[in-house]
Amino acid sequence: MILISDTPIDIQACIDSVQSERAGAIDVFIGTVRNHNKSKAVVRLEFETYDVMAVKKMTELANEARKRWDIEKVAMVHRKGVLDIGDVAVVIAVSTPHRAASFEACQWLIDTLKQVVPIWKKEIYEDGQEWLEAHP
Amino acid sequence: MGVNNKEMNYTINLFGITREIVGVSQYQLTLDSPANVTTLLGHLKEEFPALKQIKSLLVAVNSEYANPEQAILPSDEIALIPPVSGG
Repeated sequence: MILISDTPIDIQACIDSVQSERAGAIDVFIGTVRNHNKSKAVVRLEFETYDVMAVKKMTELANEARKRWDIEKVAMVHRKGVLDIGDVAVVIAVSTPHRAASFEACQWLIDTLKQVVPIWKKEIYEDGQEWLEAHP
Repeated sequence: MGVNNKEMNYTINLFGITREIVGVSQYQLTLDSPANVTTLLGHLKEEFPALKQIKSLLVAVNSEYANPEQAILPSDEIALIPPVSGG
């Protein structure tokens, strides 16, 4: 399951999608909307995505992870649109025969997603807004 | 403009801060000579100087990050990629 969703992410569906009889572990990363960033109070977030390329890049990351670790299944789902504090922004689930690989692969997937997948986050504050990372 | 000049029309997909700077999510750029990634970015930065303020600005061609010297065809799906911030 690799997709961009404009509706709330069904975490259980992500987990179910990586179930495997060969798996002894499922590691799940859930990214949520924080109410502050660098001492600024965040009111809400807006995610904008380049859907076609984002899904392509997430699929490439899943394939790369399969080369690096012994993986059964991978799920990656990212939200788009307006999110409130506490909402789930991203879910990554990885099933593996042994737990060490699931921890490592899941961390690599979220770290690399943040670097290469074309998704943009705008933070809305009480008194303004900002596209993150846009300016030096 | 001479009769031999052939206009090339490119459609640029814009997201995040680049969409806000340009004011549309798809911008039509007409050039009278073939473009590569660098010349395309040059034209856009000339028309929209605020693009120069962005920390880094990449171009995706057909959903793949493109090299600066990569040629661009009007039929390609082109997108500006400002710094990503997913997760």
